[in-house]
Amino acid sequence: MDTELSWGPIFARMALQFLPVWVALIATFAVSIHFRRRLGLYGKLFDSPVGMLGFGLVMFWVFTALFANLIITHDPLGQLSGLKNAVPGSALQDTKGDTLYPYYLLGGDSLARDVFSRMVMGARRVLAIAPAATAFAFMIGITLGLPAGYLGGKLDTVLSFIANLVLAFPVILLFYLLVTPEIKDAGYLFTVNLFGAEGSWRASIPNVMAATLFLFPIIFLTILFNSRYFTNPPMRNLYVGITLLIGFWAYSGLAFNADPTGIFSMDPNLLNVFVSVVFVNAPTVFRIVRGIVMDLKARDYVAAGQTRGEGPWYIMLWEILPNARGPLIVDFCLRIGYTTILLGTLGFFGLGVSPESPDWGSTINSGRKLLTLFPHPAVAPALALMSLVLGLNLLADGLREESLKD
Amino acid sequence: MVIFVARRLGVMVLTALVLTFIVFFLTNLPPNLEKLARTEGSVRMTDEAVASWIEGNGHGGSVFTRYSEWLGIAPGWVITDEKGVTRGRCIDNGVTAEDAPRFCGILQGDWGFSTFSKEPVIAFLGEKLAATGWLMLFVMLVMVPVSLLMGVLSGMREGSRTDRVLSSAAIATTATPEYVSGVILVAVFASATTGLSPMLKEWGWIETNTLFMGTATSAERGFTFWNFGLPVLTIALYGIGYIARMTRASMTEVMTQQYIRTARLKGVAFKDVVMRHALRNALIAPFTVIMLQFPWLLNGVVIVETLFNYKGFGWTLVQAAGNNDIELLLGCSVVAVFVVLVTQLISDIGYVFLNPRIRLS
Repeated sequence: MDTELSWGPIFARMALQFLPVWVALIATFAVSIHFRRRLGLYGKLFDSPVGMLGFGLVMFWVFTALFANLIITHDPLGQLSGLKNAVPGSALQDTKGDTLYPYYLLGGDSLARDVFSRMVMGARRVLAIAPAATAFAFMIGITLGLPAGYLGGKLDTVLSFIANLVLAFPVILLFYLLVTPEIKDAGYLFTVNLFGAEGSWRASIPNVMAATLFLFPIIFLTILFNSRYFTNPPMRNLYVGITLLIGFWAYSGLAFNADPTGIFSMDPNLLNVFVSVVFVNAPTVFRIVRGIVMDLKARDYVAAGQTRGEGPWYIMLWEILPNARGPLIVDFCLRIGYTTILLGTLGFFGLGVSPESPDWGSTINSGRKLLTLFPHPAVAPALALMSLVLGLNLLADGLREESLKD
Repeated sequence: MVIFVARRLGVMVLTALVLTFIVFFLTNLPPNLEKLARTEGSVRMTDEAVASWIEGNGHGGSVFTRYSEWLGIAPGWVITDEKGVTRGRCIDNGVTAEDAPRFCGILQGDWGFSTFSKEPVIAFLGEKLAATGWLMLFVMLVMVPVSLLMGVLSGMREGSRTDRVLSSAAIATTATPEYVSGVILVAVFASATTGLSPMLKEWGWIETNTLFMGTATSAERGFTFWNFGLPVLTIALYGIGYIARMTRASMTEVMTQQYIRTARLKGVAFKDVVMRHALRNALIAPFTVIMLQFPWLLNGVVIVETLFNYKGFGWTLVQAAGNNDIELLLGCSVVAVFVVLVTQLISDIGYVFLNPRIRLS
């Protein structure tokens, strides 16, 4: 067997490994382009080449994350002898009777793990956290930004001051302070004895922040449904009831790690990272929402709503918010990219993630020590991260262009 | 104008106080202090010994008292132990307890002692800040002209081919954080095994193994293009895209204004319209953006100094946080918060000053 592949066969083999992704991409594009006239803003995206390119890049990584198990060629944590820092395309010395894939397509890292498989698995890690964290930041920013902009006054002054306070904090310093191992051990330890089951919860800063920040999605959805179906109590009770039930179920698991069924739970390290990223993003969303609301609240349809006797929350959530969706959707895309960069930064400094984790930031971090000699373990995840963020930026650009055409 | 500046200053001082308090609180959490006790005292201390070390070195008491002492608005702690030795926050070696000043916080210029570098924080930090200052200077010299030029050229004729190319370049650089561009630049220009360097060496164009140097450690003794080029480029790249996009947006808006059309109809050459009429008005918005980029550069500086092993402010921050050096980390935070707030203030005042519509009303 030859010992090394050249770049042509490497790319061919990688393209073959990504086969499920190509199939899914083609299917998505075919269906979307066919029905684009009926799909609103999403459909219009397919009129702009920039937007399509961005959407394609983003969906490539989304499908890669979904089908990661089919794509990887080796166990992302498995180490094979003789392949430490192996160059891209190195052949395995022992394929264990052809049960293993015969090549390390993008070489091996300093611990002789397959760079390609780690990069693919990294997509799953990043895409599991970044959009969720961004969504949380948006719910918080919207829940606080709407009343700050619409009602103004003292509330606005206080909230704006707090938002500016967080924004004035250098991000990297905040991460170093919030995502340290020690911080998890500080704070009063509560112990609860509930029907014989012992439980404990430490009032450490990340836990308290999680308990506060994770409340906002529940508050947001409750107010959203309550204001909409206020005049129709049975409907209102149904929707608000479902929201509260599922909301507090998830809340107990995510913030207190006390979900009896165990469906919702979060590793303490991950919780720490998640909360910090949400905390950094929420004030910017707050400022954007506040700015838009201050602009929109002088419009005629708001005055009409006030004359009809609509409540302030109904006007904010069902009159103003839908009209602010354009800039918010665009910012949502940009912000997922920004969150991806932040997560990479955290990984780059080795904060809050285990060294085994295949996420792109940590992989770049572990690869940078031997960067001048063996660049490939760091370059592969670097290019992956760049292409995902570029895709999100292009998608945002396409959406902005198309939404301005209305 | 005076009232505006005074109000801004008031909010700024309040923000600075709150932020430094948060940092103080977070760096002085009990586990951090216990860790400090074990590194300063001995690793095998009992829990009681740790508690008494914390108490005996002025880390006991409420966080507000300690913060005021650190800030220098409350008298520093003085403790006389059972052996009759008086020690205190303000009593350094060589100063007797009687001669020592009552207040010694950062307001008095006493920034504490770094356990990591074994020297006063202010001396250590000053030296590192100077190193970062040079880095920032070169970054600004590269970033500002390039990004403004890119923005003006693409905003001058919206939708032209130049605009498309430059805008795409700008989007690409904003999608490339420092730790990505740094890694790629090193792989291309400063790796002995891949990229351009082996090729150039084979052709005999370069004497050394690599074109650029992969570390900037030698730049502390004197910087050359070859050891400083990559760090500067890495930081500048991320900012270029952002400032260019802002400049472009501002330029396109100005180019649709009535007075530009008037000038064009008057028969002024396109070059003169851009230079005389559009440019000045288009550069107001980018000015604020450039000022607000400073806090961002701080981020980049930390990443790049770690990546290229350049011992400046960012490197110090990482070392202080990694080694639980509380006083040094507090010093770094004060500098960082100060930089952020001052740039915000300058950008606010500059915006009012540059914009005649606000200035004259």
